[in-house]
Amino acid sequence: MSFSSSPPRRVGVLTASPAVIMLFAWMIVPLVMTLYFSTQYYNLLYPGRTAFVGLENFAYFFTYPSFWTSVFNTLLLVGSVLVITVVGGVLISVLVDARFPGQGIVRILLISPFFIMPTVSALVWKNLLMNPVSGLFAWVSQLFGLTPINWFADWPLLSIILIVAWEWLPFAILIFVTALQSMNQEQKEAAQMDGATPVAIFRYLTVPHLARPIAVVVMVETIFLLNIFAEIFTTTGGGPGDATTNVPFLIFTQALLEFDVGAASAGGLFAVLLANVVAYFLIRLIGKSLDA
Amino acid sequence: MRRIIHIHEAILCLGLLLGLGAARADTTLTIGTVNNGDMVRMQALSKVYEDAHPGVRLNWVVLDENTLRQRLTTDITTGGGQFDVITIGAYEAPMWGRQDWLVPLDQMPASYGLDDLMPNVRKQLSAGEHLYALPFYSEGSITFYRKDLFAAKGLSMPEAPTWEQIRGFAQALHDPAHGLYGICLRGKAGWGENMALVTTIVNSFGGRWFDEKWEPQLDSPEWHKAVNFYVDLLGTYGPPGPSSNGFNENLTLFNAGKCGMWVDASVAGAFVTDPSQSQVPDKVGFAKAPSAVTTKGSSWLWTWALAIPASSKQKEAARDFIAWATSREYGQIIAQRHGISAMPPGTRLSTYESEAYLKATPFAKVTLEAIRTADPTSPTLQPVPYTGVQFATIPEFQAVATLVGRLISGALAGNAQVDKVLSTSQSAVRRTMARAGYYGR
Repeated sequence: MSFSSSPPRRVGVLTASPAVIMLFAWMIVPLVMTLYFSTQYYNLLYPGRTAFVGLENFAYFFTYPSFWTSVFNTLLLVGSVLVITVVGGVLISVLVDARFPGQGIVRILLISPFFIMPTVSALVWKNLLMNPVSGLFAWVSQLFGLTPINWFADWPLLSIILIVAWEWLPFAILIFVTALQSMNQEQKEAAQMDGATPVAIFRYLTVPHLARPIAVVVMVETIFLLNIFAEIFTTTGGGPGDATTNVPFLIFTQALLEFDVGAASAGGLFAVLLANVVAYFLIRLIGKSLDA
Repeated sequence: MRRIIHIHEAILCLGLLLGLGAARADTTLTIGTVNNGDMVRMQALSKVYEDAHPGVRLNWVVLDENTLRQRLTTDITTGGGQFDVITIGAYEAPMWGRQDWLVPLDQMPASYGLDDLMPNVRKQLSAGEHLYALPFYSEGSITFYRKDLFAAKGLSMPEAPTWEQIRGFAQALHDPAHGLYGICLRGKAGWGENMALVTTIVNSFGGRWFDEKWEPQLDSPEWHKAVNFYVDLLGTYGPPGPSSNGFNENLTLFNAGKCGMWVDASVAGAFVTDPSQSQVPDKVGFAKAPSAVTTKGSSWLWTWALAIPASSKQKEAARDFIAWATSREYGQIIAQRHGISAMPPGTRLSTYESEAYLKATPFAKVTLEAIRTADPTSPTLQPVPYTGVQFATIPEFQAVATLVGRLISGALAGNAQVDKVLSTSQSAVRRTMARAGYYGR
């Protein structure tokens, strides 16, 4: 670093620049186009009526009747799936960390839901498990003489949360199991010799050890969970009402059901903003927990 | 570009190889269509057409209604030119025709018999002086009911019931403990799902979407009465979870013998009387769609039709194909292969002049009546600036009805009050209309 004489550095900048410019263009061109379209009245059904409208698209998108519901649903979806996957993931990975016969198979089974495509798992849940007439859950509840729950009509958002949590729990388990393998076993044995209960070991050794992987899981999952779309599209179509409409789904309705490119672009920019706000608070929150 | 040429060459070579030089595969028609039963049958008959037209190959793109509409709209508005023949409805045909996105179809040979097409159906597919699509099949909405259940309860369905009578029948028939529900209706959100039915109910209660100055009327007393009636009727005497039932779900329920009554598209007549898919084929009665204060607009009118995008490069071949698919001869082929009641309904007067057809299809008379009486140019009791019975032929309608449909399905699921839903809808619709420049932008 310190031996920076000027000619080699210029060569370095020159040779690196094509890649940097490529990457920059790759990132900035779509963003600029979205910015441009967000200031236009541009409806696919009205060619030739394109006009500059300033910030009207944003005003239109923000006053859309489902707008606040969709923001709320997005945050609720991300929040609950995070809680379920982190808490469930930690508990399950501690369970399967101990040696037992068939450990390998159990671990593979635990991880496998992660490799199923979102659309496919949504369809499996919708038609094979949660269907109130022919689904497995309905069959089980009839076995106990109960009325089957009509999941997607009565508990729409909860159903989506369950499906998405089922998809992402394996990811959390994968990370946590790997992290637990690097835990200091001698420290644990020493604690046991001193008479620490399993609960205390979990509380004072395991959980602090997992703080960093938890932060990673929360970060990665948040990025992906803000974009959940396929599960909603295949199961509830955003309804009933707007009970399962999140921000990506709302943008989809603007772009492909109303063919309003302008409002959809404005919505896209809002989604970028929302992701950044969430990331900002998340990093502060996690940063603190890592210091402690 | 070069690669595309290579691919074309490769496809051409492949076509020649497959045809072993017997048929020159020089014209390929790409046909976008919807996965409804009648269109799937048409696809199965491609061989018949290809045999009669050597050198023409049919390439099918079969999609569900919503996906098809998205694909077609993006393709046609951006001049993509992917399709040579498209399946569109009564909503798109006049609108797209007016934009010059479709090829006018006024010049058909005399043997085709343009005058044999039903006047109302033709009116739906025309804009100005021109006809922009040829009708494949057409439907009105009618009431289906179970004659056996009515007889068991000592009830009798009038030829033209009112919604109030329907409510009484539903109450009498409703027996959820035995898996029988008084009435099945569309509840699934969508401008072509629940809103088709809700709009006809609103029409029959004397309401309308817009007044002459394009002011939305969703907060009017008629809409309140109609939507409250609908939510109450379906919520009380309908199957569980009606907000997820569309046409196909209700058809399944009715065919399984779980519905006492059902108000929906007349095309279902061929399915509920077909013993291979219905458990109650001989127990179904047919009546007109229910009315309330008026019969005007109480039955909807919808046509699935074939059209040629202006961007197609093979307009002549495409014209020949759609003339074949909507011809009298095509109806005869279907009748021979699948039985006479499977003929595409609702488009040709000659079909309904055939004694054999009328005898084989108990729903033919009421279907004809529903299509004949539904007038898209004057759909409601009060005057309106739009055409279309269960929709308004303006580009914004899809957006506003999608939104309103979603809100009403929410009210049906019990998430919101009807009053709240309608006032939200009113302001949302007005907003969209203002944005599109209806009030002197």
